[in-house]
Amino acid sequence: MIIILKNYIYKPICDKISSKPTKRNFVDKLDKKALRRESIIQTALQLFSNNGFHKTTIPDIANSLGMSVGNLYNYFKSKDVLAKEIIKYTSNILGEEIKAINLQNISTKEKIKAIVTIYFRMAKEKPEMIEYFLRVYLSHREVFKDGCEGMTCVSGFMTEIMILFDEGVQNKELRDQDFFSAFGLFMGYLGGMVFLNGEDILPKDLQEYIDDISNNIYKALSV
Amino acid sequence: MSKVKLIWLSSISCNGNAHSFLNYPQLEEFLDNFEFVYHPIIESDYSLCDVVHQDLECDILLIEGAISPEFKKCDEPIINTINRYAHIAKKIVTVGTCATFGGMFKHSGYRYTTGLHFVEDKPSFLFKSLESKTVSISGCPIHPEVLVQTLYAIKDDLSLHLDKFLRPKEFFAYTVHNGCVRNEYFEYKVDNHNFGAKEGCMFYDHGCQAPYTTGSCNKILWNEVNSKTRNGEPCHGCMDASFPRFDFFTTKKNMGIPQHLPLGVGKRTYLTLAGVTKAFKIQRFEEDMFSYSLNK
Repeated sequence: MIIILKNYIYKPICDKISSKPTKRNFVDKLDKKALRRESIIQTALQLFSNNGFHKTTIPDIANSLGMSVGNLYNYFKSKDVLAKEIIKYTSNILGEEIKAINLQNISTKEKIKAIVTIYFRMAKEKPEMIEYFLRVYLSHREVFKDGCEGMTCVSGFMTEIMILFDEGVQNKELRDQDFFSAFGLFMGYLGGMVFLNGEDILPKDLQEYIDDISNNIYKALSV
Repeated sequence: MSKVKLIWLSSISCNGNAHSFLNYPQLEEFLDNFEFVYHPIIESDYSLCDVVHQDLECDILLIEGAISPEFKKCDEPIINTINRYAHIAKKIVTVGTCATFGGMFKHSGYRYTTGLHFVEDKPSFLFKSLESKTVSISGCPIHPEVLVQTLYAIKDDLSLHLDKFLRPKEFFAYTVHNGCVRNEYFEYKVDNHNFGAKEGCMFYDHGCQAPYTTGSCNKILWNEVNSKTRNGEPCHGCMDASFPRFDFFTTKKNMGIPQHLPLGVGKRTYLTLAGVTKAFKIQRFEEDMFSYSLNK
């Protein structure tokens, strides 16, 4: 009798427990959601960079991913929101690469060369990252003016360039000057070279310019 | 009840701390509890040379000014007088940044000039054995309230929590920035371009050291009414071990990035936050406050 009663009581409770999400399930779900979110960012990044920002629609992105438009909107409320998340995403990836260089115990001259190398490598292996910055972020300021004021969406990358310059001045390798004078020279130069490369104008492979360009930047910025 | 006996010994000093002490508003009440066997300005029963050449009674030895083995008072090296009274006294208090860290007078030209236990933020071993009975009060000059409260704590045998420079944490565990009325301008990175103006923070361009200097200036006001930063002048970091940095009115920057950041804030954290706040222009902080409020 007691056994029967136990079964009677426990069965529904056990069912109820098994239907509840466990902590493990919950974490798995979060991981899946984060992975899905990142795959949307990566696909949109490719499409925006290759086909242009205005020519790419949310249904295009959803189609490429094999997901419904409605579901994609569960992740990003609009194309503009997605565009802003992509610039943060690319800026953080580039920022992390430069951070790893900044943390090394090497001279600023060597750091500049390492950054140029990384930037050109990225332009070759993941051209969409640099293309997005040049052809979407810089060319469609109206999309980014609300929510990406100033440098807020590229702070991951900007912070590391600031640290590079600050340490360069502190160790007396670089000349103290207005930050943007130096920043424009550095990034404008790299962006220009990647643009020329993208247009197939450069006679040599981009990697072959690393030594000259690193030296030019260092000479221009050094004491 | 007998009064606590004090000897105020000036070493290489401008006597700024002795003068600052005179601004203590309840000095008469203080002198009901404490007695100066010798003070360089307040009348006392003994002269400086009496102090130097005799062994007088002393409960607390107050030392003002930087210390050098070359420096003499009444023909006696000051370090001999300090050592004699340090052993007579129950406690020693270094009064001011010079006596604590060397301060302005570490540039005096006397050789081996030091604070009692520190040269800037490095230990000085000249009086190592006296560390256990020393309390440091830095400041150029000291705030009289901080000195008096410390002396009362010693008199009443209260246990003082000291920092690594032997300063009471009650007055030195937070920055001068704490309590500054310009914190709104600091948050949004708006500097003050007119000394004495009501608006603006002076950390970004005008050399204010309050965010990385520990001290109570904005919690225990000077003359009970004001502080440098409240009044629109940058904090010169006079309580800090590194004082004086000399460039008092300009913020040292490397390509626009302040060399000295708020205490305990990492460079990446600071730059990330700065990048965000600088992107926004808050009209209220761009205008002088009277005009802005008139327009609203």
